[in-house]
Amino acid sequence: MTSTTPPRVGPLAGVTVLDLTQNIAGPYATKLLAGAGADVIKIEQPGGDPARRLGPFKDGRPHTEASGTFYYFNTSKRSLVLDLRSKVASEIIGRLVDRADLVVESLRPGRLDDLGLGWEFVRQRRSDVSLVSISNFGLTGPYRDYLASDLVLFGFGGEMYSMGSPDREPVRMFGTAALVESGSAAAVASMGALMSGAVHSVGQHVDVSLADCQVGGVDRRHAWIMSHEYSGKKGLRGAGSVGSGSTVYPCADGYVELTGIQLRLDRLQDMLGNPEWLTDPRWSETGAFYDADLVGEFQAHMIAWLIERTKREVWAEAQRARVLCGPLFSVDEIYADDHFRDRGFFETTEHAVLGSVEIPGRPFMMGASPWPAARAAPLLGEHTREVLTESGYGNGQIDELIASGVVESAPGAEVNA
Amino acid sequence: MTPLPLEGVRVLDFCVVWAGPFATMLLGDLGAEVIKVESPFVMQPMTRGVLAHPPESSIDAPAPAGAFPNNELGPRPWNYTTTFVNVYRNKKSVTMDLWRPEGLDLLARLVAECDVVYENNATETLPKLGITYDWLRSIREDIIMLRVPAYGSSGPYENARALGVHLESVMGHTLLRGYPEADPTETTPIFSGDYIAGSQGAMATMMALWHRRRTGEGQLIELSQAENAAGMLAQGFMDYALNGQGPARHGNDSYYGAVPYGVYPCRSPGTAADGGDHWVSISVLNDDQWRGLVAAMGSPGWATPDLDELAGRRARRDEIDHEIAAWTVQFDDYDLTTRLQEAGVPAAPVLEASRVHDDPQIQARGLFGPLELHDEIGTFTYNRPFLGFSETPLTVRQSPVAMGEHNEYVYKEVIGVDDEEYARLQAAGHISMDFDPSVP
Repeated sequence: MTSTTPPRVGPLAGVTVLDLTQNIAGPYATKLLAGAGADVIKIEQPGGDPARRLGPFKDGRPHTEASGTFYYFNTSKRSLVLDLRSKVASEIIGRLVDRADLVVESLRPGRLDDLGLGWEFVRQRRSDVSLVSISNFGLTGPYRDYLASDLVLFGFGGEMYSMGSPDREPVRMFGTAALVESGSAAAVASMGALMSGAVHSVGQHVDVSLADCQVGGVDRRHAWIMSHEYSGKKGLRGAGSVGSGSTVYPCADGYVELTGIQLRLDRLQDMLGNPEWLTDPRWSETGAFYDADLVGEFQAHMIAWLIERTKREVWAEAQRARVLCGPLFSVDEIYADDHFRDRGFFETTEHAVLGSVEIPGRPFMMGASPWPAARAAPLLGEHTREVLTESGYGNGQIDELIASGVVESAPGAEVNA
Repeated sequence: MTPLPLEGVRVLDFCVVWAGPFATMLLGDLGAEVIKVESPFVMQPMTRGVLAHPPESSIDAPAPAGAFPNNELGPRPWNYTTTFVNVYRNKKSVTMDLWRPEGLDLLARLVAECDVVYENNATETLPKLGITYDWLRSIREDIIMLRVPAYGSSGPYENARALGVHLESVMGHTLLRGYPEADPTETTPIFSGDYIAGSQGAMATMMALWHRRRTGEGQLIELSQAENAAGMLAQGFMDYALNGQGPARHGNDSYYGAVPYGVYPCRSPGTAADGGDHWVSISVLNDDQWRGLVAAMGSPGWATPDLDELAGRRARRDEIDHEIAAWTVQFDDYDLTTRLQEAGVPAAPVLEASRVHDDPQIQARGLFGPLELHDEIGTFTYNRPFLGFSETPLTVRQSPVAMGEHNEYVYKEVIGVDDEEYARLQAAGHISMDFDPSVP
């Protein structure tokens, strides 16, 4: 078997990350580091990351190697299966810390300490290596041990209350979008920790609370919290966002998003072909778009124009006139879209079980240090033998570890070792 | 004293709205010196408010546009605008009129002292002023520039304008969020794309700093906000990648089919009309948590053993939701949260923003703190950094910045302007803490 050690390309070429994260938010943070060229060694407990049991599965059939969730959040990583409760765990983890630039974990708060592998362990071993601990509500405070989900965290974070209709319950985003947001903030913390270690030789224990990342992160919650603090006004559910009651409009073949068009009525005039109705001075008056009757009148005019055009036709006119607009696309439309195709956004990865899998690619483009091609998510234990060998274990020792059940190696990797 | 992770890094900030300013705020939190470049002659819409000089009637508008400190416009509303003030901490501000050649010369002197230039304007805005990567590079060869176009500087949508909501629509979010059966026109506009672009732009900056440290090379980074937002729909894209099918909207239901999973009403001091309706989110992710929930509810008769497994709960999902709601509505959301968490069930109140400050966890974590900003508007509570670093705690080293607050520092100490030239630039209008009266 040819080595799957990452080639030294990408902005983080040469960086080694010991990854003890699981589920979604933590793995998203380390996926971003892996995508940028870091060698991310993911430790999975026997049985694997629980995300391997989450769909969508290929053909809807649950299988350890067929989870779309696991796949997306673990591309370009290597997998080593190790029972962290075993006696040899501290020796193996210790050797990995010795060669790491950063350690990231998302076990429940205190769990890594209980295993004797926490911050004390890391700092004793390497004073310049940081440990990023990602948890639901943080390592301190009365909710430290609280359990959470995407829904629980998003609801707690202040954004969700005002999403939806006043006569119904608050409603959230798709999938696990809030966990992805917080995981993205955890990646910022991870890069900060990496810089601290490399530039200042200071390892740090970084406490990333997914809840704090919601509360403190940008979105309307900032504005609503501040509105109340300043003036006692609240952000109510069903209210418009930033001064417009109108946002998504129907058109001939779907919907278009038109938030903010009232900010530049001159451009809207141009987009609509200079209609008579829009020259009415009422539209330019302060507060016009807070008046429900006026907004209704405005929307009726808009819909009459929109309903005769497809979403792409509307958007083309908007682009010509430099009007804020976006069609509501579905995932299949995005996969087929020329813009993203032309820019090479989608990347094809090759997976031993799933075959070719085309996934959304690099999150940004770097001129001097482009991200290397993404690699498939690892099979469970695919790199156990390889990583242990690199860490100084001989074949006999590795065989013994596998025989004792402390580590597991993917069958495919065994055969080809 | 231990230096902050990004101490010694200087960032020039040409950012607007949320996506860019959030990124540079994160860099500032981590210790970078962020200098926001502003013009007294141009009010960037949706960046320091809508109008520099809003009419008195604005105070009567709904929040957030109509929310002012103490319900007064104040002398310089742009310095404490509700919607943006919380992305202005840990930044400095300098003013110069870049629409005049003299302003551009001043900028060149400043660029020479900077490591990073960060911008997220419409794609043509800075190039029209002559501010391009090549120009920056001619001044400082190892400069790092981040550009955050909505869709990218190539491809059919290169010039399409967008706020976060528009590109979220293009990238599939809008069709997929909200109530499963509702019409998309009822969707609430949110700006989650700004969160992810901002955080990943900060990350990209640090990756470029890392690369520069190793190789000496600077570079141009392009973050297409639309492309960047794809990660939030990971499961949807993967379903398409694996099975050729697009995902369906699922509202508050678990994407993974966990039951029960949703938002339930609580005893409330008010209604949605006054922001006084209270809700608790409950997520039962496995059978143990279900048993915990049943115990917390006092083992009601309807919770029969067939519900101990997921298949049974799925079969009676509507009934379960109905029964849970009938139970939760009797209790305060915080009391319920405590009771449920003690029983091992993931749950939390759905916080209306005005309640966030009072939450015990948020207080214990110090996520907000009082500051007295500018122009004697009084002391209010503002956001604080939210990432916890053990050796170098991230703090508010600089309160949300007033326009032009650091003119003297930047001109005199960073680019070496003498007192005489400073006075001349002030007279010429480059240096100011006020918008020109001509700016609406």
